[in-house]
Amino acid sequence: MYDYSSRPSRLPLPVDERMASADIDLGQRKSIYRSLQELRQFEKRAHDLFLQNLVKGTTHLSLGMEAVAAGFGAAMRPDDYTFATYRGHAHALARGMEMGPAMAELLGRSNGVLGGKGGSMHLTDVSRGMMGSYAIIGAHLCIANGAAWSAQMRGSGQVTVCFFGDGTTNIGAFHEALNMAKVWQLPVVFVCENNLYMEYTPIDLITAVPHPAADRAASYGLESVIVDGNDPDAVYLAAGKAIGRAREGGGPALIEATTYRTGGHSRADPAKYRPLEEVEAWAQRDPIPMYHARLLGLGVAEGELSSIERDVAADVDAATEFAKAGEEPTGEALLTEVYADGSSRWRN
Amino acid sequence: MAELTYREAVAAGIAQEMRRDPSLVMLGEDVAAAGGVFKTTVGLLDEFGPDRVRDTPISEQAILGAAMGASMTGVPVIAEIMFSDFLAVCWDMIANEIAKSRYMTDGQVSFPLVIRTANGGAARFGAQHSQSVENWAMMIPGLKVVAPSTPADTVALMAAAVRDPDPVIFFEHKSLFATKGEVPEVEVVGRLGEASIVREGSDATVAALALMVPRALEAADRLQQEEGISVEVIDVRSLVPLDTKTLLASVEKTSRLFTVEENPRLCGWGAELISIVGEEAFWNLDGPLVRITTPHIPLPAAASLEDLAIPSVDRIYETVKSSLR
Repeated sequence: MYDYSSRPSRLPLPVDERMASADIDLGQRKSIYRSLQELRQFEKRAHDLFLQNLVKGTTHLSLGMEAVAAGFGAAMRPDDYTFATYRGHAHALARGMEMGPAMAELLGRSNGVLGGKGGSMHLTDVSRGMMGSYAIIGAHLCIANGAAWSAQMRGSGQVTVCFFGDGTTNIGAFHEALNMAKVWQLPVVFVCENNLYMEYTPIDLITAVPHPAADRAASYGLESVIVDGNDPDAVYLAAGKAIGRAREGGGPALIEATTYRTGGHSRADPAKYRPLEEVEAWAQRDPIPMYHARLLGLGVAEGELSSIERDVAADVDAATEFAKAGEEPTGEALLTEVYADGSSRWRN
Repeated sequence: MAELTYREAVAAGIAQEMRRDPSLVMLGEDVAAAGGVFKTTVGLLDEFGPDRVRDTPISEQAILGAAMGASMTGVPVIAEIMFSDFLAVCWDMIANEIAKSRYMTDGQVSFPLVIRTANGGAARFGAQHSQSVENWAMMIPGLKVVAPSTPADTVALMAAAVRDPDPVIFFEHKSLFATKGEVPEVEVVGRLGEASIVREGSDATVAALALMVPRALEAADRLQQEEGISVEVIDVRSLVPLDTKTLLASVEKTSRLFTVEENPRLCGWGAELISIVGEEAFWNLDGPLVRITTPHIPLPAAASLEDLAIPSVDRIYETVKSSLR
């Protein structure tokens, strides 16, 4: 049987050490570090709870990819809009979704952020600008355009950021959305999290160009931007630039963030289709130890970082208890919120 | 009252609502400068300007995505999908995104949007530009579905659809665009979920939609004149919400029900009406519940074949007559 793991490894580029001296406020960097810890520890717990059969269905984790969500989250204004995919836990948390209701949603409890009706793949918190996690590839790029169009019409200055995977660049909606965004000069930033695999298949095997998003940018009059998606500072800077330009009326941007998922596509996937050397090399580029070392290098005390880690661990514990304490939703919830009157009534 | 064509009524309904609500916008392929390929949006660009009336690329997913994203963030939208056949290329947007997101988020988001589309046959356009697909939309929880048959109802239901906080699929029948009718010259606002008894009768109820309504009325007139059969004709108008009260009350009176559907036979809207009447009014019935539909086929282009496929006045007349004999 042919096995993709025998293909040549695609190794990460080394860390760009110049990023350590980038002009980023130290307080902002500590905040990004906290965010990285939140995303990592929350998802590791979600994984544990899945193994305990408390999280049902499936989960699509961003372990290893947290720098993209954390970097963008730090660069966004509170009223900006996020659109994410089924791999959306990190993006929801990076916009400030409370961990308790998020974890409870994964457990299918009535105190979940969606009352248990959405689940892992649809985390949404409109109050935080988290406009949804969409589980069918491509659609949400078009929907993100609509939110950006609305902001443009209302003159609100809000920017929409839309995250998606490398696999999305091969579906028609990607191309429809980029074309319309450019023609209408919409304030939207499209972010391709290129983790090198479309589910179980290496993206380069099934894509006509080496960089699935960046190499398509020119087709839509956009700059080709590739950023190290495992370096939170690099992401933060690229995010700030694209968001700032969109806010000033400069139109859309497309950013390809190169990254790697530590685990498989979903809970069903042990990801054995990847060369061992590749997996190990990317493990060395895990964004969290790297960022930890960078902050130490910038003079942050070890004790301060470990204090952040402990605080987050306590938050995750509390979120887990909150979720476990939640009731399973009852039949009352089953028939609500199909229509805006709160009901599912289709006849008189 | 003013006499308008059905196509003029579409524009009149949209204009009425765009004047009322300065935040309402519309978009679609050729809807602005060209006034629509069916000339249903003539004059809107001139009156409301290019920011509110937008031409789009041939990108149905992008059109409906823009409508969805704008409507969920405070801007109500009317989107046009030129032919209802093209709903198939953006069905993910309708069936998976627009219809389900309110439920999946437990009510965090609403979609005040209208998706207008030219539906139906009898225009000799062949299988990919003639379908009646209202039953596709009807079976998706989260959508509302209307299909007017007259210019007055077109204005009234357009207003109701725009003002409704839920997504509404608005089927305009392309073979009714040239028909004329009186429309009040004041603000016209209808209600979703109300059928209309367009002809009273006592021997049989015929429920019809869109182009099938004038055909059912003509058949009813002939049945009265030639056979002395008194037919009550209901214009269903709104498939979701569905006005089952009017339907059940009519069947209680006539004891017979016929549906006249342009959609192909399997899982057409009439099957739902008949199942409701079968369950809830069975003991009022004097005979079988009968569906008159297009067969389970793609629509042919040739006039002679298309005329055989879509329920005709003659077919309605003959079916009712032979069933009541």
